[in-house]
Amino acid sequence: MTRMKTTINAAGRQVVSEINGEAAVPFQGVDNYKPEGRQHAPPITSCSDYPADGNKVVKNLRAALEKAGLCDGMTISTHHHFRNGDLLANRVFDIAKEMGVKGLRWFPSASFPCHEHLIQYLEDGTIQRIEGSMNGPLGRFVSEGGMEGMAVLRSHGGRYQAIQDGEVRIDIAVIGAPAADQFGNANGLSGDSACGLLGFALADSQYAEKVIVVTDNPVPFPCIPWQIQGNYVDYVVHVEKLGDPAQIISGTTQITRSPDRLLLAELTARFCQAAGIIREGFSFQSGAGGTSLAVGEYFRKIMKEEGIRARFARGGSNKYLVSMLEEGLVDYILDGQTFDLEGVRSMAENPGHVWTTPFTSYNYHGKGNFAGLVDVVILGATEVDLGFNANVVTHSDGYLLHGIGGWQNCLFSKTVILPVPLFRDRVPVIREHVTTLCGPGELIDVVVTERGIAINPGRTDLIKATRNSGLPVRTMEELMAEADRICGIPETPALEDKVVAAIKWVDGTVIDIVRQVSR
Amino acid sequence: MKKSAITGNQGEKIRSDCQVVLQLPEKGGVSISLVSKVDRMFGEQIRQQAAAVLETLGIANAILEIEDTGALPFVIGARIEAALKQLRPVTNRWIPPMIEQNLYETGKERFRFSRLYLPGNTPSKMLNAGLHHPDGVILDLEDSVAPERKAEARLLVRNALCQVDFYGAERMVRINQLPLGLEDLDEVIPCRPHLVLIPKCEHAEQVVRVAERISSILDAHKQERQIHLMPIIESCLGVENAFEIATSSGQIVAMAIGLEDYTADLGVRRTESGEESLYARTRLVNACKAAGIQPIDSVYSDVDDMEGLKRNVILSRSLGFEGMGCIHPRQVPVIREAFVPGEDDIEKARRIVEAFEEARTSGSGVVALGSKMIDPPVVKRALRTLDLARKLTK
Repeated sequence: MTRMKTTINAAGRQVVSEINGEAAVPFQGVDNYKPEGRQHAPPITSCSDYPADGNKVVKNLRAALEKAGLCDGMTISTHHHFRNGDLLANRVFDIAKEMGVKGLRWFPSASFPCHEHLIQYLEDGTIQRIEGSMNGPLGRFVSEGGMEGMAVLRSHGGRYQAIQDGEVRIDIAVIGAPAADQFGNANGLSGDSACGLLGFALADSQYAEKVIVVTDNPVPFPCIPWQIQGNYVDYVVHVEKLGDPAQIISGTTQITRSPDRLLLAELTARFCQAAGIIREGFSFQSGAGGTSLAVGEYFRKIMKEEGIRARFARGGSNKYLVSMLEEGLVDYILDGQTFDLEGVRSMAENPGHVWTTPFTSYNYHGKGNFAGLVDVVILGATEVDLGFNANVVTHSDGYLLHGIGGWQNCLFSKTVILPVPLFRDRVPVIREHVTTLCGPGELIDVVVTERGIAINPGRTDLIKATRNSGLPVRTMEELMAEADRICGIPETPALEDKVVAAIKWVDGTVIDIVRQVSR
Repeated sequence: MKKSAITGNQGEKIRSDCQVVLQLPEKGGVSISLVSKVDRMFGEQIRQQAAAVLETLGIANAILEIEDTGALPFVIGARIEAALKQLRPVTNRWIPPMIEQNLYETGKERFRFSRLYLPGNTPSKMLNAGLHHPDGVILDLEDSVAPERKAEARLLVRNALCQVDFYGAERMVRINQLPLGLEDLDEVIPCRPHLVLIPKCEHAEQVVRVAERISSILDAHKQERQIHLMPIIESCLGVENAFEIATSSGQIVAMAIGLEDYTADLGVRRTESGEESLYARTRLVNACKAAGIQPIDSVYSDVDDMEGLKRNVILSRSLGFEGMGCIHPRQVPVIREAFVPGEDDIEKARRIVEAFEEARTSGSGVVALGSKMIDPPVVKRALRTLDLARKLTK
């Protein structure tokens, strides 16, 4: 293997200046990189090349892939709205294998443990690399150096940006659709594979060379609403089953019962209350994990007690958020990902439950996006360091085990709060330096642990507002010292020289890299 | 003699613990094998610690296997020591250092609204217990520990007393029934518990034996400390002897009732409304008040029913109880809320303190409120009530 060319970026991290043979721009600072030029454009098409009756149905997925010209070295994209119940991505690469195609790039909006099936294709050369989140078994495989190409991890907004800017050119987009008509209009609102919205497939539909919509629920034209517009679509395929409904519904969307996590959530909500963030007309985003859901429930309690109404809630929707909408505590849900069937129902019925896309919510190379309009966002992290820098993709042992999701994009909200345990088992979460930098500390305002709350020194307003709140406010150094006292100071895990993944910032620059873990 | 010993826990749901398998060959030195989910970050430290523990315990030849799910050092040490003691009588101990955060004392008159039970052989439940701010934590060696695990739990609890920061909670240990409980005392007393709970108390003599043992252990360690006692009444005979037990030792600060065992002894089912135990509970409260100690109510066992818990605590308080056990951290705030002093309590406390101040300024040695004499502990408690009221209204 040739030696990687590296450079030091504006965050002081050593990063690669070339990724899979293409030049890469190192991170220049949060707002500093301003690319010039024009966006990528797909080829001009003509109606004369498409069926006059609008019927784009082909006999099966293989036929569609063949018509789309599937061949060696292509980039194939899929979306992750079916989460761990997705059957489509695996099927696409089974066909590629049958066809003897090699060296593909898989460009999913996220991967899940169900995609462990694809490891065999990474091993036999059908897939050369994955550019997307690395969860569970795939992350382990990549971390141990099993993948030929370098992985590239992007945020949801960063993925939209990369497609729009032409940094990633999708040859074939395969879009699973819970409901679709013969013209290719599609949505996620009905059928056995209902998943709510299809926002993560928007860029793929707009910019890919060829677009295939695959559905297990054909409906007569028009499929209303058309979350994906048929005018972008080349072929429509009918299949028996797109996903496993039990797994499409996320397993994490239950409020945690763990007393320790409830404590974290309660402290987070109390902080927001003390800081005056929870006020009439405010907006919030809280993830779908157990702790984040619990934060939402504490918000609900505070809002009810104080008669406060939020203007909007952004992010993933679930039954808890839906009930806040229906109780009139929230005017709008701006939904980026629907996590349960209550969310699907509400989106179909309630004009206040609106589907969004990474374009509206997260794309950094747009004329603004919604993330910056949110008053407070609650996020997770695997590690946070003394400079408030945070890691969300690797564990402290160096393994790549999570995707970025919308995490980086959400850092632009007005107040960013990370509720994290001080340590997990014996592994401290507050570190001197993060193993992998995903979010610069200047964007992270508050770290809430069960043993104390650290406020970024730059947020003098928050420090002042919570001074007499009775909350356990401490410095990051104090928190780290306590973690180290309890756990001991961890050894530095051994890593190889080989770079297995690049971590992109929201503007497409390289903020950090991940090295191979020594066996 | 056993050839191989196993201690600790492992399995899919186990966290912050380890399982240790130990053999003691005649020769061959020490060999340690480790499978750990934190191997990349703590593997070397775990191996070094294991070697140091064996050395402290005087073992030169051992085959030690550790399967670790992120156990902290105090857990690893306890597991190895317990395994060794299954195989061979050893007088040495490996005790981790006492953290300075744990060097506080607790007074007799301290509030004991909520005491959180922590199973004595489950390290993961101990680590964050203090963060939920119960008035006390009970490291339990009795009912929550299986008979064959008693010995290892004892060492784990001992080490936890040294290393786990309970953030100001009163550190309590529930020992086993005598005579096993006396062996528990030998291990835990030097590690500064504030209070010992004596289960299934039926006679004053049981308390006396515990108090004597504690005093001789403290003497042997040249420690001078007050260790509070809390007998638990769990039988019909215990209820009949409540006052005698309550007054059997000056170390007793509170007495609790355990209704699961009591209703079993009575031969009836424990009900939600609790009529069957009304006599026992009021008798216990009366004995405690007569003895000048705090009466503490039994735990409420449905951890999902917070409304039921609330009703239960309100009833409990109206009977005169001054605290209740908790078996889940989320019960702590519900219990606290129900027990914190109300307006009338605060008013009464204010009058007691005023009378005390008046007596002091007038040089009178006797404090009286109306026709009632006020003892110093009552004044102290009144002061604490006011102090707490101030804290709570802040």
